[in-house]
Amino acid sequence: MSVTETLDARATQPEGGPMRIALIQRIVPETPESSTYWMGWRDGQGEGYLFEPGQFNMLYLFGIGEVAISISSDPNHPERLGHTIRHVGRVTNAFRDLKPGDEVGVRGPFGRPWPLHEAEGHDLVVVAGGVGVCPVRPAIEWAMRRRDRFHRLILLLGARTPELLPYQDQLDEWMSLMERLGVELHLTVDEASPGWLYGEGVVTTLFPKAHLEPDRTTAFMCGPEIMMRFAGTGLRELGVPAERIWLSTERHMECGIGLCGHCQLGPYFVCKDGPVFRYDEIAPLMEVSEL
Amino acid sequence: MRYLDRSGFAGLLRSLSDAGYEVIGPTVRDGAIVLEPIEGAEDLPVGVSEEQAPGRYRLGSRDDERVFAWAHGPESAKRFLFPPRELLTTIRRNGGVHSEPPPEEPRPFAFVGLRSCDLHAIAVQDRVFMDLDHAYRRRRERSVFIGVNCEVPGGTCFCVSMDTGPRCTVGFDLALTELDDGFLVEEGTPRGAGLLVAVETREATAPEVDEVERIADRARAAMGRVLDTSDLPNLLYRNRSHPRWKDVAQRCLACGNCTNACPTCFCHDVVDGVSLSGDEATRTREWATCFSAEYSWAAGEVVRPTHAGRYRQWLTHKFASWIDQFGTSGCVGCGRCITWCPVGIDVTEEIAAIRFRDGELEVAVP
Repeated sequence: MSVTETLDARATQPEGGPMRIALIQRIVPETPESSTYWMGWRDGQGEGYLFEPGQFNMLYLFGIGEVAISISSDPNHPERLGHTIRHVGRVTNAFRDLKPGDEVGVRGPFGRPWPLHEAEGHDLVVVAGGVGVCPVRPAIEWAMRRRDRFHRLILLLGARTPELLPYQDQLDEWMSLMERLGVELHLTVDEASPGWLYGEGVVTTLFPKAHLEPDRTTAFMCGPEIMMRFAGTGLRELGVPAERIWLSTERHMECGIGLCGHCQLGPYFVCKDGPVFRYDEIAPLMEVSEL
Repeated sequence: MRYLDRSGFAGLLRSLSDAGYEVIGPTVRDGAIVLEPIEGAEDLPVGVSEEQAPGRYRLGSRDDERVFAWAHGPESAKRFLFPPRELLTTIRRNGGVHSEPPPEEPRPFAFVGLRSCDLHAIAVQDRVFMDLDHAYRRRRERSVFIGVNCEVPGGTCFCVSMDTGPRCTVGFDLALTELDDGFLVEEGTPRGAGLLVAVETREATAPEVDEVERIADRARAAMGRVLDTSDLPNLLYRNRSHPRWKDVAQRCLACGNCTNACPTCFCHDVVDGVSLSGDEATRTREWATCFSAEYSWAAGEVVRPTHAGRYRQWLTHKFASWIDQFGTSGCVGCGRCITWCPVGIDVTEEIAAIRFRDGELEVAVP
């Protein structure tokens, strides 16, 4: 038996807004522990649904529960949602059993998006580690569609090993699209394997290769906290002002609206004050263990 | 201010019941004063006294007929306005016709005997729930609140430090001051004034009115605890690496009694269930505690694996980040977390210890 069959469309959620019903269309394995779930709305369910790059949805599986997942698809197409899910918990592991046609409840979108307008006229530098590229991918798509609004577009992507870098099957497609649009893409892994054609080393080793120009850089970072701490420090040392560095954080969320309390990070509720924060808002908190 | 004699007070409770309210008041059960639906004045704790200390709560008796000459038991209005378990939604599958069963709206509450700290606590929770939680708002707005000015604070009370008592100043429809033979009644709202129409009262005399402030003064002088709140958020923010967190963690059991007893703690889980037939799933809200490991579970990891990290989260949230989030302290000085801590951890003592060695850092011991 599938974990989701037909959910009642009128089922609503008093806490955090109505639940819409989406259907799984395609499941693309990305890394050994994550897959992208592409879904479309069941009839009439997507009405008025729009999201901004960096926002997340609460995804519900019948009887199993809800989980907060960043939207990793193109915001120009809110009728076709992609969520890249790492199978690490009760609900995310249940996603392994889904197949096309299965239903997922969706509440959202929630959270503070990437400040793309503030980056306009600048070099937009995206620094991402592993599946951290997923929450920032809608921002990349958004910027590529509006290429003329930015000076340079630079993507610095890293992962522990080549197989932990998502969207491998789209890399060639992306590469040629990016070349056409004048997007600079640099890849690196901590430990290369035979056949890996790109860089080796932590993501900060890409900074000199990319010849960043701190005066006109706006940076978006997403990845493991340790990576963002090093990348943030590296960007600051290059002279990128703290208020031009932004990052996306991760905490447990159950409501999406600052009510359940789980996602607190110091004074912030990550679900509504984040998940995207400005570096100077959050860097001191990232230095504190167990916050 | 009006004067109401004891039989008039009993009549007031009866009139609340007659008006369709569920009267929630203090009564003695299992060796404690608890809040429960009461039938009338006869259910109140007549001549009961209370002893509170860190990790200690005992009832005693008085040689008079007073019904409010004690501080408060473990419970506050939180249990009724923000229930420990509440069904949020029912979801059916297989496209069957699904209509939410019309929830039979329960009777509105009439709370009797809430102290100033607990009236403040409701105002604190209002800032969390009012705009976002329709069910809370509905319960809250339909309820009537009859407060009592505290005369005999508990050994763990520090409302004076938190500026939340002992005299009722916010959130009441009526506020009572208990005298030997009856009560002085202050009207807080037109609704409160309307409740008094049902019973016989008279204008309070000038000496009686003076007595209200004298009783409050006696209560102020009898506070069991004191907390220096000066620069409190910054004190906690700059001492995140203070050795006291590890010290308290050696005593803390991470049992969550403090968060259950706290009248403002609002964190909760949403728990999923499925009916036996498998056709219906429920989502139920349940009180959570930041002292559990699963509370901070994120992306396959526990963010706060140690008791030190969890205690620091609770205390810093309550006294510091709560102010950033909601514009008010999360603590009303009721002292329940001290009384009901099984090992008697005292927040006022922990904060004082951090203040005493402000800026001290945890030094790694080889």
